Amino acid sequence: MRKISVICLLTILCLMPGYSAFAEALISGAGATFPYPLYSKRAYEYNRKTGLKLNYQSIGSGGGIQQIKSRTVDFGASDMPLADAVDAGLVQFPMAIGGVVPVVNLQGVHPGELRLTPDALAGIYLGKIVKWNDRKIAEANPGLKLPDDAITVVHRSDGSGTTWIFANYLDKVSAAWHEKAGVGTSVNWPVGVGGKGNEGVATFVKRIKNSIGYVEYVYAVQNKLTHARLRNRAGEFVEPSMDTFTAAAKGADWKGTKGFGVVLTDQPGKAAWPVSGATFILIPAEPKDCDNAKTALAFFDWAYKSGAEMARSLNYVPMPKDVYEVMEDAWASGVKCGGKPAWKR
Amino acid sequence: MPFLDRHKADKIGDALFKGVSFFFAVSVIVLSCLLFAVLLWEAIPALRAFGLRFLYTSAWDPVRSVFGALPAIYGTVVSSIIAVVIAVPISLGIAIFLTELSPAWLCGPAGMAIELLAAIPSIIYGMWGLFVFAPLLASRVEPFIIERLGFIPIFRGAPLGIGMLPAGFILAIMIIPFISSVARDVFRMTPPMLKESGYAVGATRWEVIRRIVMPFTKSGLFGAVILGLGRALGETMAVTFLIGNSYGMSAGLLNPATSISATLANEFTEAVDAVHISSLVALGLILFVITFIVLAGAKLLIKRFSLAGGGRA
Amino acid sequence: MPNFLYTRRKITNYAALGASLLSAAFGVAFLVWILKDVLVMGAGALSPAFFTELPAPPGEAGGGLANAIGGTLLLTVIATAIGVPSGILAGTYLSEYGRGSRLASAVRFIADILVSAPSIVIGIFVYAIIVRPSGGFSAIAGAVALAIIMLPVVIRTAEEVLKLVPDATREAALALGAPHWKVTVFVVYRGAARGITTGVMLAVARVSGETAPLLFTSFNNSFWNWKLNEPVSTLTVAIFNYAMGPYDDWHAKAWGAAFLITAAVLFVTVTARLVVGRRHGG
Repeated sequence: MRKISVICLLTILCLMPGYSAFAEALISGAGATFPYPLYSKRAYEYNRKTGLKLNYQSIGSGGGIQQIKSRTVDFGASDMPLADAVDAGLVQFPMAIGGVVPVVNLQGVHPGELRLTPDALAGIYLGKIVKWNDRKIAEANPGLKLPDDAITVVHRSDGSGTTWIFANYLDKVSAAWHEKAGVGTSVNWPVGVGGKGNEGVATFVKRIKNSIGYVEYVYAVQNKLTHARLRNRAGEFVEPSMDTFTAAAKGADWKGTKGFGVVLTDQPGKAAWPVSGATFILIPAEPKDCDNAKTALAFFDWAYKSGAEMARSLNYVPMPKDVYEVMEDAWASGVKCGGKPAWKR
Repeated sequence: MPFLDRHKADKIGDALFKGVSFFFAVSVIVLSCLLFAVLLWEAIPALRAFGLRFLYTSAWDPVRSVFGALPAIYGTVVSSIIAVVIAVPISLGIAIFLTELSPAWLCGPAGMAIELLAAIPSIIYGMWGLFVFAPLLASRVEPFIIERLGFIPIFRGAPLGIGMLPAGFILAIMIIPFISSVARDVFRMTPPMLKESGYAVGATRWEVIRRIVMPFTKSGLFGAVILGLGRALGETMAVTFLIGNSYGMSAGLLNPATSISATLANEFTEAVDAVHISSLVALGLILFVITFIVLAGAKLLIKRFSLAGGGRA
Repeated sequence: MPNFLYTRRKITNYAALGASLLSAAFGVAFLVWILKDVLVMGAGALSPAFFTELPAPPGEAGGGLANAIGGTLLLTVIATAIGVPSGILAGTYLSEYGRGSRLASAVRFIADILVSAPSIVIGIFVYAIIVRPSGGFSAIAGAVALAIIMLPVVIRTAEEVLKLVPDATREAALALGAPHWKVTVFVVYRGAARGITTGVMLAVARVSGETAPLLFTSFNNSFWNWKLNEPVSTLTVAIFNYAMGPYDDWHAKAWGAAFLITAAVLFVTVTARLVVGRRHGG
């Protein structure tokens, strides 16, 4: 018995170095679940190409910000532009643009059929509209048969940039929301069930009848959830798509915004999806592990230059060339290793 | 000379061995004090910001940085009480079965099966609960409850399959093994003579159990129940999966709620604000203190029972 | 009339005993139900790729959880290496030196409480003392958290089984002139070897299924990692993330992981109880 266990242990110990042979550089990042499908797809492809292991964990934007502030990861990711990025010794840059879409689980309602006004959406999330056949919802949906059932609201249970974008939108369009809940990566939800991550919200909406939730568009697409149309600032009911997200980002002034923290909710423009947003990467201005920082920047450079198609395939809008060149300049001037720039263009 | 040297070496060896084992024994006490101290230290910003209000206010508003622990404490306590209410009669039944009824050949396997319930990791219960149990509740059980018992406020709500009651039920399954194994042990300590005198005056089996065994083992049984409660209070994964993660208090047991451990599992790595993090640690501190007191109580009760002569009498 | 009373007592008796039979059946039924689901859904999800490949990006089918299997093994081995020796030594103190001392009963008391203490709190503790000061989530932080959970379990079982070794054995060895420590190591430990092995196996089974303390310590990793100062993936955290997720493929992976971890935990538990611990079974 003892011999067997010794042999077992030895075998395990011998196997370990075998695996560690391909354990090269490891970059760890954490944060937003909004771009998680994109980052992990890119990391997966980059790993195949270069062998670099970029471990991205989707723990929520709040987590990304906290973990990069306490420097427990090499980079953080957030959908909420960090206002005090510079003060926290961080360099912030956008990686992609996407949209947050309301998704519902309603029998007989197909994707894009349900139309929601800003008032109706805010009312549902404030707990003021409790039934699907409420007048405020029905008015915008004359042709749709809405059930006389209670609405189950699904929101995020974790600190989330998706929540931030969503709350930021509601805050702009609804005075009652501004009054009661406000804007944050997690807010004081008046009603609802909490799901962990975009993944968790998608799961609950999929499972709970008569529910409504909000997820990044790719989660709606991948999980075949029923999205709703939203009325934008121009008064049009628009469908979420790459085109409407791009339209929302049309007027963005990247250079002129501090820390590139552009907010894309409730933008003018007939085609603009009202709940759009960019997702950001945060890296330390003076990283303690310079090799990791350089490797990470090389990865982001590759992601900008070669990852655009991957982004489109997952329904994210990639950053255009003129924007990412600005970002790479910011790396060159912002990220320092022992006083020297960590990045050269 | 060589003899003396060996003697000296032995003495040093003895001192060393005793010292090392002493060190590790004491480390347990040091560890738990450290645990308390670190939690307290990290919780200070929140306690300073909110004071005692932290315990009885119910806001959890990261936007305005206002935090109150009441809904989490409420959820923890209520889900655990539901668990105990369901688990206690069943556990007692199991203990009675194992000590009084079961034929000898079944005693081992049945006892083992109950103990295996305790060995299954918590996350498996959570996952099973979410994938198998919750849909069943949502489609079959809860609509029925709402329709038939909806006139009682605690049974109102939407049939989600997740919420306070489902979490409490899974917790009950999880603590049954703990309560029943302690109950079985204390039942076994009842002196046979007491039981036989019961039978001698013509009592039925149930009467012997009800009038002799249970009163005799009262404090031990109570300890077992409290032990189960302590277990339920601190349980994390299964609750996180099933309670619904909704920070608020509602009388409806079918509604989603939250617990201290679920709030921690969801938010701890993700909180941004220093006061938010500190408030989470303060929640952890509250949980630690509550479970410590409850478990200490259970321990003392069980100990008092076995000292008071269970077994040895 | 007395006849009626007798009948009523008899009926109560059968009803109560029937209820106790039912509750035992209830417990066993749940065990069977859960195990059946884990077995059926889990076995269907296992494939060679599950054991050899890394996780695929979300939403894409395929891939495996090889890294999580490795991570769980790694953490369990390190935690055992830390927790078992210290636990046995502390248990030795309680049984060999501290009988009847107040310190020993304090240790015993605290250890008993720590056995059932909420493991998520241990996670916060380790986050505060290791993860944040060291600047990152790491395998070693996870292993330490598991070791802390393991420690009281090992202490209490070690003490119990060491006490079972008859004092006459100790006295006989001491009388031959052996020093106390040699008596403990070569005589008492040997006498209690079976019991200690049982305790260690049960403790290993207990921690390998832990999730809560790992969320804040060893975190997660989408790749292989054997470096102790980097985050590492584990089966339990993988289950947590995958089961909460929306993808069917993730759910299948979570069931597969659940199957592996349950099978391992139950195998170790049953082996410990049946084979090794037969002597004190029952």
